[in-house]
Amino acid sequence: MRYAMAIDTKKCVGCSDCVIACQIENKVPIGYCRDWVTETVVGTYPDLEMEIRSERCNHCDNAPCVRCCPTGASYIDEGGIVLVTPNKCIGCGACIESCPYDARFSHPTEGHVDKCTFCVHRVKKGEQPACVSVCPTKCMYFGDINDPSSEISQILSKRKYKVLAPEAGTRPQVYYLI
Amino acid sequence: MLKASSLAQYTRSPEWATKAIPNFCEVCFWKCAKWVNLDEDGNIRSLKGIDDDPHCNGRLCPRGTGGLGMYYDKDRLTTPLMRVEGGDGQTFKEVSWDEALSFIAEKMNSLKERYGPESVALFNHGSSGKHFTHLLKAFGSTNITAPSYAQCRGPREVGFKMTFGQTLGSPEPTDIRDTRCLVLIGSHLGENMHNGQVQEMSDAIDQGADIITVDPRYSTAASKSRYWLPIKPSTDLALLLSWIHVIIEEGLYDKDYVEKHTYGFDRLRHHVKRMTPEWCYGITTIKPDLIRKTARTMAGASPAVIVHPGRHVTWYGDDTQRTRAIAILNALLGSWGRRGGFYFSEKVKIPSFPTPDYPKAKWSWRELLDGKYPLAGLSVSQTFIEASIAENKSEHPIKGWLVSGTNLPLTIPDNSRFEKAVQDVELFVAVDTMPMEVTGYADVVLPECTYLERHDDLRSSPHRQPYIALRMPAVEPLGDSKPAWWMARELGLKLGLDAYFPYEHFEEVLEWQLKQLGTSMEEMQMTGIKRFERQNPSLYLKDEEVPYYNTLSGKIELYSTELEQHGFDPLPNYVAHPEPPDNYYRLNYGRAPMHTFSRTSNNDYLTDLMETNTVWVNPRVAKIWGFKKGTKVKLRNQDGVVSDFPIEVRITERIRWDSIYIVHGFGHNNKKLTKAYGKGVNDTALITKVMTDPIMGGTGMRGNFVTFELIEEPENATI
Repeated sequence: MRYAMAIDTKKCVGCSDCVIACQIENKVPIGYCRDWVTETVVGTYPDLEMEIRSERCNHCDNAPCVRCCPTGASYIDEGGIVLVTPNKCIGCGACIESCPYDARFSHPTEGHVDKCTFCVHRVKKGEQPACVSVCPTKCMYFGDINDPSSEISQILSKRKYKVLAPEAGTRPQVYYLI
Repeated sequence: MLKASSLAQYTRSPEWATKAIPNFCEVCFWKCAKWVNLDEDGNIRSLKGIDDDPHCNGRLCPRGTGGLGMYYDKDRLTTPLMRVEGGDGQTFKEVSWDEALSFIAEKMNSLKERYGPESVALFNHGSSGKHFTHLLKAFGSTNITAPSYAQCRGPREVGFKMTFGQTLGSPEPTDIRDTRCLVLIGSHLGENMHNGQVQEMSDAIDQGADIITVDPRYSTAASKSRYWLPIKPSTDLALLLSWIHVIIEEGLYDKDYVEKHTYGFDRLRHHVKRMTPEWCYGITTIKPDLIRKTARTMAGASPAVIVHPGRHVTWYGDDTQRTRAIAILNALLGSWGRRGGFYFSEKVKIPSFPTPDYPKAKWSWRELLDGKYPLAGLSVSQTFIEASIAENKSEHPIKGWLVSGTNLPLTIPDNSRFEKAVQDVELFVAVDTMPMEVTGYADVVLPECTYLERHDDLRSSPHRQPYIALRMPAVEPLGDSKPAWWMARELGLKLGLDAYFPYEHFEEVLEWQLKQLGTSMEEMQMTGIKRFERQNPSLYLKDEEVPYYNTLSGKIELYSTELEQHGFDPLPNYVAHPEPPDNYYRLNYGRAPMHTFSRTSNNDYLTDLMETNTVWVNPRVAKIWGFKKGTKVKLRNQDGVVSDFPIEVRITERIRWDSIYIVHGFGHNNKKLTKAYGKGVNDTALITKVMTDPIMGGTGMRGNFVTFELIEEPENATI
């Protein structure tokens, strides 16, 4: 079992419903977010291209945040989901510095590091992560990429895709369909 | 493998019914049906789309998901307020409901006595308006208006009515999910989050449909398009006519359909003869080759092609004619009544709860048109404002205003007229959930509870399948806020209109209506929505079917005999519009997916996503003005109106050099909106030049030009 996410940049309109659904589901304080939307524009008017991406923790196979955590608070859970155990976290911030995706932040009131969990609490109940479940354009796919019959495996076998910052060697597990 | 979340989560049980309460969204007019999920303490935890609702298919947009921010907003109105006489004009005192409503009833009766009941008018938007509409009609006035007509979609309703004999309504019957080609003209789907349509656009992308977007701005939709036509602003009608030219001259139109269904083809052909792509190039700056290529793409997809009618179409005052050209193009492509084009929608007629007939009003909004706008299908809001200005000495004066759910100063252009009218009306009641700017002008402010805390009428809207949806309160109204039905009823009782409110609670009305429809409150509480069978089983024209179209000729009118009768161009003509003078840029405005007009700009969740607008400028323009990243400016329009607040420039290639762009709904100047106050620029305040559509009274707002006032230079800034 290896959980992963694929996001179709051809369909995403950048509405940020994923961001707000995550905030509400995970009680992320206002002013912080575990996922976010980026927009990249290249070219000169009128020869332009734009890519909109919903980004979050990449739940890397080779996760620098886990390797650098001095207390073992950051760990890789079942299915490859990278998690933080709040009461083991001393808030040193090493993981925040090590992440090439800027996916972690210090929780403003509780002090520990916070990040996307792939909504593991929902996934364990057989549900989709909150962001995936609300997306109006259905541009997000989540599932087990070790299962060739899963929707995410199917779409990744059919479409071109990329990952973010492959040069960092983190083997990220959020794929962008291009 | 994972199950679809919908199945696991929404198998309803009676126990579950106490934890999830049905509603439909009021953050925008799309009205997606949703569950309001409660936590263990009975507080609102989250909102989730209802799976089978065709408006949302179980997926809300960010505003729908963040709608609970409306309920939790710390700045909400929770007590009735009355203006303090003799104060600084901005002082209000808290009063009881009885005092507020007695005051209003007394004033209404006094106006009725002196000027007739028709002198009291209602401006409204959204579900609450229906309750006040009932009240006002019972009182004897049919002067009811909504800016959603003359400030928004009115022209396209008339343009399509003149062509196909019927208006479009909401949601529009566009069969986007099955289309092979979607043409968007200034319509920025994806940024305007018309949920069902955005979802279907995504489906269409999956199916490999071609999208053609015409926009001077590289919109989100443009970035999803096979062809983006970066048109010179204000020239869209020339492009439409040239497309018609190509489709006719190259014989690409649906000949059989045109012959059987339409009227006036030869005259149309003759009319567009000279409107070649080369002619069009000089006007629109779109290359002839691209005009031909896109016309052929549309024709190649015919009849599964949609030239989208748009929604906010009040641009240049010739908007009915432009939407007529859109309708004509659709007719030539045979897309009306065809799969992947426009389907025939159906809705459930909700039976009217039995109350006495309304008294007959002696005059109505038509009289306010004063012989103008002969084809207006609904009331024209700005004529209400003019009739309220004393110096206009209107034969049909309006003296009292009820305003429900619409923030007029950020909605109706040319604020000076509004401000003048406000001075002259004798009664101004504003009903809102929030201290919007409009409440600052009122004599009485009535605090309404949000849609999450109240009953309203059933939602019944046209769709592929007729559906109804129920709204019921999930929680008690906050503070002393009340639902609109309660306010209307209490006011009705004080006005002696008891016979029109023969119920204690609006639930009785809903129960009666649901019973007539063969269902019940109990059932609807479990399902939230209910689907009905169609009267006409076919979504599309059947083979060989040639229906009667409700036009004067009974055909789809390429050549409009009704427009001709009224002395308007029976075929659309391109007319050049004024262009910005030196150092001025056309003010274009639009939507962002996380906001609805000015009503969401104080919502915690939504402002967290976007707390202000920015002014988009092309890098060339930025260079001329010396703008850097972070530069703040004020905007000044052609009439010298300067924005209240500064705005940050966003230097981007996504905008043409002859125009600027800002998202509508920001620049609030009421300090009671603590999150929204002073953030960004209010575009409506800068729209002082209005190009009014002579056909139906639409207020064209895209003919305003702005320049920059420099106010602040950030140090050490780099681009």
